[in-house]
Amino acid sequence: MAAGGAFDEMGIGAGEARPVYRHIARWLEETPADILASRRAQAEYMFRRIGITFGVYGDKDAAERLIPFDIVPRVISRAEWSFLEKGLVQRVTALNLFLKDVYGPRAVLKEKIVPDELILRNPCYRPEMIGRRPPHDLWVLIAGIDIVRVGEREFYVLEDNARTPSGVSYMLENREVTMRLMPDLFARHRVAPVDDYPDQLLACLRSATPRPGAEATIVLLTPGAFNSAYYEHSFLADKLGIELVEGRDLFVDQDVVYMRTTLGPKRVDVIYRRVDDEFLDPLAFSPESMLGVPGLLGAYLAGNVTLANAIGTGVADDKAIYSYVPDLVRFYLGEEPILQNVPTYRCREPDALKFVLERLDQLVVKEVNGSGGYGMLVGPHATVAQRELFAGKLKADPANYIAQPTLALSTCPASFESGVSPRHVDLRPFVLTGADGIRIVPGGLTRVALTQGSLVVNSSQGGGTKDTWVVDDEPGGES
Amino acid sequence: MLARTADNLFWLARQMERADFTARMIEATLRLEYLPRSGVEDPAIEWEGTLNAVGAYDAYIEGREHIDEASAIDFLTFDRGNPSSICNCLENARANGRAVRTALTVETWTAINDAWLELKRFEAKRRPGKDLDREALTRFLDYVKKASLDFDGSCYRTMLRNDAYWFNRLGVFVERADNTARLLDVKYHLLLPSNEAVGGSLDYFQWVAILRAVSAATAYHWVYRDRVKPWLIADLLILKPAMPRSLIACYVGIDSSLDSLAREDGRSGLAQRKARTTLAALERAGMDDIFQSGLHEFITDFIEDNARLADTISEQYLFV
Repeated sequence: MAAGGAFDEMGIGAGEARPVYRHIARWLEETPADILASRRAQAEYMFRRIGITFGVYGDKDAAERLIPFDIVPRVISRAEWSFLEKGLVQRVTALNLFLKDVYGPRAVLKEKIVPDELILRNPCYRPEMIGRRPPHDLWVLIAGIDIVRVGEREFYVLEDNARTPSGVSYMLENREVTMRLMPDLFARHRVAPVDDYPDQLLACLRSATPRPGAEATIVLLTPGAFNSAYYEHSFLADKLGIELVEGRDLFVDQDVVYMRTTLGPKRVDVIYRRVDDEFLDPLAFSPESMLGVPGLLGAYLAGNVTLANAIGTGVADDKAIYSYVPDLVRFYLGEEPILQNVPTYRCREPDALKFVLERLDQLVVKEVNGSGGYGMLVGPHATVAQRELFAGKLKADPANYIAQPTLALSTCPASFESGVSPRHVDLRPFVLTGADGIRIVPGGLTRVALTQGSLVVNSSQGGGTKDTWVVDDEPGGES
Repeated sequence: MLARTADNLFWLARQMERADFTARMIEATLRLEYLPRSGVEDPAIEWEGTLNAVGAYDAYIEGREHIDEASAIDFLTFDRGNPSSICNCLENARANGRAVRTALTVETWTAINDAWLELKRFEAKRRPGKDLDREALTRFLDYVKKASLDFDGSCYRTMLRNDAYWFNRLGVFVERADNTARLLDVKYHLLLPSNEAVGGSLDYFQWVAILRAVSAATAYHWVYRDRVKPWLIADLLILKPAMPRSLIACYVGIDSSLDSLAREDGRSGLAQRKARTTLAALERAGMDDIFQSGLHEFITDFIEDNARLADTISEQYLFV
């Protein structure tokens, strides 16, 4: 049965499978339980062997944990994807224009589209960037836009990730594992490939070089092997064929960034950085940071190096700004937004706060700057004590929170020892913006809440992932 | 290539090589212990030699009154307090490998990661405070040797012949030269010509143990077609280029790896010159001269020279 009346993408409980899922439904029906079990075991073995792990903060014993992988692919039709794709291009274009504006002329504030203090007092707003323009006006080069589905035609953007979105390595590895484990099932579909993502990313980064014409040296900056996403950093650097550097591998001389090689210093043009703003440069931001590169901000402001993403993009993916993104689309592009937001109550507005406090048992409350599923309250699943605790936090600092209705996220079938059962999912497509246009690899990372009934898909909170198939619609008929 | 990457690759290879050597030393020492009591003087002396050969004696004796088999084995295998215990070597090797994943092939990384996963299983099976029984220990030592074979083999078979590969090879050969030299340093007194004994010498088993420690027991017979004689063992381990763990073979490897780096970089430096000097000296040397001017001095000098070369490589390629 579908969970709690949620839309099931395969059509569990609806009599017959939705057309895009009909091969999967048949496969699930025909495949004996022991074969499914052995596929699950093989998948786990493959992931562990490759060393795909994810560190979890606050869990010392599990310094390296495997993100659970569910073997049942999630299917999206080509038509659905085309719709999403258009919406994503539109949304990310608006976010880039917004950043150019808030660090530049501030038309959006002058026109009162967004309240001043939401930008100017935002901890993610970087005064260093005021009046600055990164190379090619590219702010968010790599965006991860989280999308949820609640019905046949209803998709919502749940969250924009415009800082250092992660997860793309799982998108790629999931596909490899699925193709190897279930070649027959794969062959029955026309699945859009995703394995050109590294090439697309490389082209995007290359286009962003501050020295067009010269051969660009691109590096990936990681906080190091102890970072929870280190596997992904090394994976991407490898696929892109670029050096994986730590802060100590780089230095700045006369506002130019160099890396230390066995042959001496080598100039660096583009840094795909997976280090947060505040750790990038100990001279400019956190002085105690060991992760950054002293003088990097100076080199950046001098226009000698491109950072992907730019410094200060956090102001665009803040959950308080999120609620204004549809307005930003209208303001900058003069178009109606293709992708809708989840209705959002801004607790900074007194009426909304009152409304939220009265309905804490029905709403999801999030910190405007939180991420990874930390610091949020899922009202219907919380205890009275947890709700009271949150009510106190809300009253103390209302501007720090937003609230949204608890969405019945769509479900997809997942395979367990106990059998096949629906689980809630979301989708994170990765949108690449270069000087030469926007690129999106079809699909993205599907995250799945593996605990029955749970709506939290974050890997740090016990979520898993699935392979995501964008399939060409077959003109009728069985294959 | 990033200087840090070169450093990590160099040390990764050294750690894997060291784990293998430690495993072989433990095996060889155990075999000596299995002999009838009259065959060995005092087991503690054997373990002291082994601890010395793997450079762990000082760390061991700190905080311990005497040497016994069980605690020596534990110190060499699973003791986290011993920086060059097998488990620390494998742990460090993986940490180094993880830090340079991009410089490794999937096969090489998998070999390192598999070794580490297996180590975790051995550690889990080990009851706290209890030593492995002999059978489990044998399995463990076999696994360690196989892990470094897998690592070495995957490097050889899958890595591009570029700087990453040459730094890896340098690590293997510098460590291997150090290991063989240390073994000779501990056992040199058994190899002096004065030790020539007529058949049935008790030292015979000591000599064979030395050969086993460097997996040369069979090779010896193929090379010399003669019964085991101490000065021939010294010859085999020092001057025979055909013997993969001999000092000269290691320096052939070091020299050619450094040459390859120099060709790739278009520049040559002190490390290349030092390696060539050592290799030339080994090529010129004869066992008679070495014995005459003192085997022990020769080996001590070699160990120091080899360590200096490692430092020179670090300086030249900016690891430090």
